[in-house]
Amino acid sequence: MKTILSRPVYGTLSPQAGKSHLLIADAEGASAILDLAKKAPEDFFANAHIMFIPGRTGDSFQASLKALKPAQYYEGPSVAAAMPRLTWTLANAHMGLRMYLAGTEGLIGQMMQAAIEAGVDPASIQTEHRGSWARRIQCVHCKGITENVTTQPATCSHCGLLLLVRDHYSKRLAAFQGVCINAEDPTEVPQKEEIFR
Amino acid sequence: MGINFRKETFRDDFTFRNSPENIRRFPFPYHEDAYMYSVNIEPHVPGPKNSVFEHLVDVDEHYVSEMQDRAMVLAEDPLRCQSLPHMTLAGWDLLELLMTEKAASYPEHFSLTREGDRWHWINRPLGIDDTFTFGDVSTLPYGPMEYITRQSQGDFAILDQRDNNLWMDAGMITTQADWSLDFDIGMNFFEWHAPVPLAHEMGVFTRALKYLTNIQQGKPARRLNWTMTINPRLDTSPENFHKWGGDRLTVTPENVGQKVHLRVELQSFWRLPRSNALVFPIRCYLLKMDELVTVPKWARRFHRVLRDLPVELAEYKGLTRYRQTTVEWLSKHDDGAPTSPGFSPD
Repeated sequence: MKTILSRPVYGTLSPQAGKSHLLIADAEGASAILDLAKKAPEDFFANAHIMFIPGRTGDSFQASLKALKPAQYYEGPSVAAAMPRLTWTLANAHMGLRMYLAGTEGLIGQMMQAAIEAGVDPASIQTEHRGSWARRIQCVHCKGITENVTTQPATCSHCGLLLLVRDHYSKRLAAFQGVCINAEDPTEVPQKEEIFR
Repeated sequence: MGINFRKETFRDDFTFRNSPENIRRFPFPYHEDAYMYSVNIEPHVPGPKNSVFEHLVDVDEHYVSEMQDRAMVLAEDPLRCQSLPHMTLAGWDLLELLMTEKAASYPEHFSLTREGDRWHWINRPLGIDDTFTFGDVSTLPYGPMEYITRQSQGDFAILDQRDNNLWMDAGMITTQADWSLDFDIGMNFFEWHAPVPLAHEMGVFTRALKYLTNIQQGKPARRLNWTMTINPRLDTSPENFHKWGGDRLTVTPENVGQKVHLRVELQSFWRLPRSNALVFPIRCYLLKMDELVTVPKWARRFHRVLRDLPVELAEYKGLTRYRQTTVEWLSKHDDGAPTSPGFSPD
């Protein structure tokens, strides 16, 4: 896949040496945790905290994740709902905590953002993309964030402008940039295509 | 003799224009009849009298009106000026740099008196007379970067240097060509240049970063960059693109001379002494096509450059809609005669 330099590069989760482990996933990201578990030492999950946002995968992963017997297991309806718990967890974390993020770019980006704010070195965080390539975009005009964008162009859910979804990505905002696609001639209305699946 | 500051606008009725003397000092950016990316960085040293390089920080006839336009942009959108918390010291560095350069180069317009940390700054064109304590933010009406860049032409990006990279961690950006400080703040050198086509593959940014991270205090560097703008609009921000993008459809063979502008950025790079940050002033100069063709060499050369520009570059610079109309208009000012090497008007 062709990409540009502002966009994060995702890897493959692998168990790290550490006193405790915080694993966060949404939807198909759960399968990355299950794959990591196959390579993990026996006592790994005794010091692990799994935070899971099932999204479109419904209840297909819960049983397998719980079967790993993590010390703590959380399930939440959205990134926003999970945020207070994450903030608390990071604020109370001890040295030697390892973080693992898996799933959509929106999940990885927002959790990464919260971790950086809490003083975690981003280079120490493992990431793996799984599932949807739907994008989180910031409208450069009104600054509103539109979640789960799958089309090109896309409509800003705040101001309604038709936006070209660029590859340019801000880690600080955990979002791609959206710029009005028909600013030169508003009578030109390009067809939307589903391209971020 | 002082500068005769013009009263003019960069929006609505667009009364901006250059005096004949100011046209001659325009930083024409093409040294030959073609253009392609290059690192083209050179030492920023004082240049010939009556050029924009005469003083290291240039103040020209548009100063007062540009500062009024900046104040309007900031009133509409304060996010154009941002500074991450660790950048305040660099803001003081920048304030010192701009005040000392201006006061030394233009004593009839600016003066700075320092008694220890007590500084007295007079900016006559803008009617400012302030006494403050250097290093004490509470003694200025704005943070130090915002305070001084509300009084200085051009955009300013302040780059923190760490991990062998440069980080866009503060800026005053109100006259930008298609990039958003609010989006790019916190990015490193490669990240904020990510959308630029062709240049990454050519290794331009790797070489440029190596050069920039080695810039020493007291040895600034500079380069020119260019694009084009319809109407003399300073605020060509992506934030307002939906408001000004339509201008590009208004170009006709009859109005090219007045509407189409060559927009040149004089970018300079300075090491700041206390913070070790780099400041990157991006000074914008506008020239109407009618003004450009008063210099025959520039008319010939710009016609050839614009006609032969690679499609990707024209697209990236946003010239596609009016390029052909402008090339045809310029062709009437190009008799095919050879041009002399170098930038100068002849």
